[in-house]
Amino acid sequence: MFRRLPDLVAADAATITVDGRTVTARAGDNVAAALLAAGLDSCRTTPVSGAARAPYCMMGVCFDCLVTIEAQGSRQACLTPVRDGMVVETQQGARKAAVP
Amino acid sequence: MTEPAITEYDAAVVGAGPAGMAAAAVAARAGLKTILLDEQPSPGGQIYRGVIGTPVPRGRILDADYWRGAKLVQEMVSTKATYVAGASVWSLSADREIAFSLGGQARMLRARHVILATGAMERPFPIPGWTLLGVMTAGAAQILLKTGGLVPSGRTVLAGCGPLLWLLASQLLSAGVTVDAVLDTTPRANRRRALRHAFAFFHSPYFRKGLGLLIHVRRRLRVISDVTSLAALGDGRLSEVAWRVGDGPEQRMAADTLLLHQGVIPNMNLAAAAGVEHVWDEAQLCWRPVVDGDGGTALAGIAVAGDGAGIAGAEIAELRGRMAGLAAVAAIGGARDGGMLRDEVDWRQQLAKYQAGRPFLDALYRPAPQFRIPEGDSIVCRCEEVTAAQVRETVGLGVTGPNQMKAFLRCGMGPCQGRLCGLTVTELIADARGRSPAEIGHYRLRPPVKPVTVDELASLPKSEAARGAVVQRSRDLATSRTRATSSGPL
Repeated sequence: MFRRLPDLVAADAATITVDGRTVTARAGDNVAAALLAAGLDSCRTTPVSGAARAPYCMMGVCFDCLVTIEAQGSRQACLTPVRDGMVVETQQGARKAAVP
Repeated sequence: MTEPAITEYDAAVVGAGPAGMAAAAVAARAGLKTILLDEQPSPGGQIYRGVIGTPVPRGRILDADYWRGAKLVQEMVSTKATYVAGASVWSLSADREIAFSLGGQARMLRARHVILATGAMERPFPIPGWTLLGVMTAGAAQILLKTGGLVPSGRTVLAGCGPLLWLLASQLLSAGVTVDAVLDTTPRANRRRALRHAFAFFHSPYFRKGLGLLIHVRRRLRVISDVTSLAALGDGRLSEVAWRVGDGPEQRMAADTLLLHQGVIPNMNLAAAAGVEHVWDEAQLCWRPVVDGDGGTALAGIAVAGDGAGIAGAEIAELRGRMAGLAAVAAIGGARDGGMLRDEVDWRQQLAKYQAGRPFLDALYRPAPQFRIPEGDSIVCRCEEVTAAQVRETVGLGVTGPNQMKAFLRCGMGPCQGRLCGLTVTELIADARGRSPAEIGHYRLRPPVKPVTVDELASLPKSEAARGAVVQRSRDLATSRTRATSSGPL
């Protein structure tokens, strides 16, 4: 549960989609911050038990913020700056190899 | 077929926090061909995260210490050092070939001297329920503030111990956030043990700032001291925090966000995978690399600087970075002028002043064993969801160390590569076997230490260096097997 402070330094908006839903972020946000700011509590469910997880460390060491970005799975959202038009998908369980 | 050329540098620095930026600046100013690789999109490491381009306006929320980071960034970019953002280093060989990913492409470079400045990460805090939605590290909250101007809304509880917890509380208060409570887990007994070092601490630069911080925070917040037990409760999502004070009964409060912190530990994966020997530090309760006064390791031309060499804070990290830069210059023979020699004297004096204050902080904020060594269903390995009970059970079956345990439980084999479970597993096995963590050892860490796709590996030019980075060389393997302390009996 996070909110933006008022009176931040001005920045362009960046519009991304998350599971097809439009999410507005700030230019300079990383994807994890954008998800949390948009009120998205969880970005994936675990391969082992299906438990819901969300960004935990925000610095690239916990690997809990894994999402699919531009069709590439298990990308660390906290290390990826948002880009206008970016396509993000939350991940459910283990990754599956693409079947042609 | 000729081997494609790999760019060679005099000095390669990994990590653009205070130590890395200082090392790169010193090396570059002395005329060394220097490259600074960092995985974040902008410089500053974690302590100065987002200092260039933070949406938080200058003023009340982030203090002067933070903004000082901008000066260090300016210093670094004003030199001829090549700074590469978004570069994720996944391999360092003993003969100083670095493999990294940049823009989805794997690349390699070689350096005559490498300085690892990968800094620190938060100590794991494996309380019951720490994997629930709504539970994060205090550092995560700081990063969200610095990089996104985001603060927790709803009912917010901070828990743990250490200077960064108080710093975060102060920053959140300054940002107008209601912090419902700080659950302070600093063990009472620590105050007595820290007293011995109090005199030195009072005379160190930490004292005044620390005191000011505590006064600012404790006056305006509900602080609950001597917390001896903690749990995050909820069904998938945090709804309450439970705690005990001393031997007292369990108390609860509703919460939407729980921010945990009990100190930081060296981020050791790259150094360890490169073959740098690590030893157990009983004072700081973590593994730290074996380094000399300038950060040099037993591996020729490979040094570790900053918190990655042992936790000592941002100011000391910067000073050690400068020393490591100077050592690189001395090793390679760059231009050392009179100015640098005078600087070195000054740096060593400053270093001594700051170092005098550390033993007090280490003693006071030494985390209690129950928060490092969990029980029962508490999750130890977040990635593979392995519990403390499962780890203890396998010790009962005869497993003697973390590497053997991987085969039984997959504990430590998830994407974080043991970063968040390593210390817990070592201490848990030590506790279960009645041995010291030093005897138990740590996970055997190997490259790639950061994710790299098969596509990227396949697209590397097929050179000896590339093959060496992808498949750990037999020479490195032989060295790591004979090193007694790196992984205990296994």
